[in-house]
Amino acid sequence: MFNIVIVGVGGQGTLLASKLLGDIGLSLGYDVRVSEVHGMSQRGGSVITYVRLSNDAPLYSALVEYGEADIILAFESLEALRALPYLKKGGKLIVNTQEIPPMPVIVGAAEYPKNILEKLKESADVYATNATEIAVECGTAKAANVVLLGMLSKHLPFTYEAWIDAIKRNVKPQFVDINILAFNKGREA
Amino acid sequence: MKKLMLGNEAIARGAYEAGVKVSSAYPGTPSTEINENIAKYKEIYAEWAPNEKVAVEVALGAAVSGVRAMACMKHVGLNVAADPVYTASYTGVNAGLVIVSADDPGMHSSQNEQDTRMIAKAAHVPCFDPSNSQECKDFMRIALEISEKYDTPCILRVTTRIAHARTVVELADRVEPENKPYVKNKKFISMPANMIGRHVEVEKREIALAEEASSMPINRIEMRDKSLGVITSGAAYNYVREALPNASVLKLGLVYPLPKDLIIEFANQVDELVIIEDMEPFFEEAIKSWGIKCYGKEKTGVLGELFAAKIAKEFADKEVEEVEFEDLPARPPVLCPGCPHRPLFYVLNKLKLTVCSDIGCYTLGALPPLNAVDTCVCMGASIGMAHGFEKALGREQAKKTVAVLGDSTFSHSGMTGLLNMVYNRSTGTVIIADNSITGMTGHQHNPSSGYDIHGNSAPQVDFEKLCRAMGINDVHVVDPFDIKLMEKTIREALAKDELSVIISKSPCALIIKQTEQPYYSDTDVCKKCYMCMKIGCPAIQKKAEGGVKVDETLCFGCGLCASVCPFGAMKNE
Ligand SMILES: Cc1ncc(C[n+]2csc(CCOP(=O)(O)OP(=O)(O)O)c2C)c(N)n1
Repeated sequence: MFNIVIVGVGGQGTLLASKLLGDIGLSLGYDVRVSEVHGMSQRGGSVITYVRLSNDAPLYSALVEYGEADIILAFESLEALRALPYLKKGGKLIVNTQEIPPMPVIVGAAEYPKNILEKLKESADVYATNATEIAVECGTAKAANVVLLGMLSKHLPFTYEAWIDAIKRNVKPQFVDINILAFNKGREA
Repeated sequence: MKKLMLGNEAIARGAYEAGVKVSSAYPGTPSTEINENIAKYKEIYAEWAPNEKVAVEVALGAAVSGVRAMACMKHVGLNVAADPVYTASYTGVNAGLVIVSADDPGMHSSQNEQDTRMIAKAAHVPCFDPSNSQECKDFMRIALEISEKYDTPCILRVTTRIAHARTVVELADRVEPENKPYVKNKKFISMPANMIGRHVEVEKREIALAEEASSMPINRIEMRDKSLGVITSGAAYNYVREALPNASVLKLGLVYPLPKDLIIEFANQVDELVIIEDMEPFFEEAIKSWGIKCYGKEKTGVLGELFAAKIAKEFADKEVEEVEFEDLPARPPVLCPGCPHRPLFYVLNKLKLTVCSDIGCYTLGALPPLNAVDTCVCMGASIGMAHGFEKALGREQAKKTVAVLGDSTFSHSGMTGLLNMVYNRSTGTVIIADNSITGMTGHQHNPSSGYDIHGNSAPQVDFEKLCRAMGINDVHVVDPFDIKLMEKTIREALAKDELSVIISKSPCALIIKQTEQPYYSDTDVCKKCYMCMKIGCPAIQKKAEGGVKVDETLCFGCGLCASVCPFGAMKNE
């Protein structure tokens, strides 16, 4: 059983990541729960999505609760830090090192935390990359989500082919090539 | 075939399979995707109604005429639709009618935590509560069947964690039911003489259904360890199964009326009975009123949503480690770069007005640095409340008060309030923030967008003509990005001894393609006055060394920062 928490900033494409993970699970015969966030918080607020995949114990709840996540996939650094309570002891944390200041920071009411990576490393097994830069190299910053999935793919027992098939099923035909490129780069990162 | 589906998608699928032919809805989180998915089935007529009351009336008309029909809304939408729902319970429906109401425990995207089950009870309408997407699909069909069998509308109630969770669903084909013949019948005329008899039928029907409920497969006893028995439903059932895997459970699928016999049977078999339900003590109060010993809410409370760890802690004495939270900067939602609401609220903040605002993306004008909102209660309330301020405090108050509401909100429930202002001689000022889309809920079309639910062109209401036809003479259409003109227009409207409407018209930044070059700050010209920070644009940041930087991947090129910069430092050439 895998409990995965995906966090980011509204508009970053976390929904595609969770949809793809759920789809891959279903195609391999896992029981699946994906809990998404729609509505208010999509407008540039913090977003959190839970993905649960199981081929042994039955699943009921669609939530991953504090201390229950095997892996956190963070699309942004501050959101990674915010999600830390969800991680199991010794769990893995994959993080896009991109920093997006929230409005309280922009207006000067708060400060963006420093040394986030060091803090994360204190309690997690951290895999960090600037996925946004890699995605831009692939042709579009929008593919950062798939770069991160590429990184995640190395920590889950699904074949490369299963991932590529899932990308093909979930991405518009004209964007398949660029997303596969981004996925591969993420796998190498 | 198996498919991973959102609860909302599965409700749509259930409607499709069960032969629903008409669906009318008004968007609202967490219900919106139901009708969006319905619209993909060409066998079903789907539409966005201007509000939930209209949606229910349309669906009721369709059901009475003889076809299976549905209406969808968020929980507060059911308040708007309450009037037809309460009386449709008396008139009956002919063909099946299901009203889907999506509750939001935890208020992820809502203004209150109201529990639809209470309204179902008050209206004497059967209510179903699914626990996953498969049940969303199945319960939709069962609700339609019960609706026809008992000649009553039914409510399918979902909560955020069911509506927005993807779980596996087994698909089936659509079964096309025959239309039921429409026969003129006085039960559809809600006059006292007719309804006195119908109320008797409502009572009979409810007793009969409560009896049948005890043998309905969707109300089921799962006997495990008898020392603890739990009565639960919906999302709470999932948390109970995870937190108390050995407990015996009575899972309710039909949550109103309650299966009394089954509940008594279950209570008699377990040593200790607890009731675990999200939101109000709806089951608990009823069960206690039958003299059955049980508890639940004293442990779980009524605030926010349930989760497994809380249940394990309260009912299994499980140690739950205290979670340490770092004090981190919050990340509240913000108006998008290029949003036409930003210049409007910038001006409102500058003028230091009392702003009776409303529900939509523009509610975010309440947050720093715009800080321009005084009130926001429910859709349409801006207009009524601004009028109330004027009538309570007089003309002087009207000179510094505005009502602000979006185009979808105005069509939803602003028009009647405005007519009230006309009729009762208001001298107030109403601003329609017209971005020509229902923005907050994810861009649904509405009567002012010019398109229907399928994206085909549709008649577009002309707000200016509409206001003039209501008898308002002082009506202006202003582009909010022209902040000087907007400020002047608002000042003049406030000063006038008559009712004014300002239509602040500019399309949502997410529906027009970005055509403008992104801006940058010319450091040679910038005097570090930080006026550009007052608009709260997420694309503009202060630099550590002083001055500002525009994130060109976020910048929309709207030019508002350039309009407020006194030195011409914001450039896009
Ligand atoms: C009675 C009711 N129905 C639905 C909603 C959900 N809802 C919140 S904001 C909104 C859309 C408002 O659209 P509009 O007024 O055009 O403003 P925009 O978001 O586009 O700025 C809706 C449908 C609600 N809060 N209350």
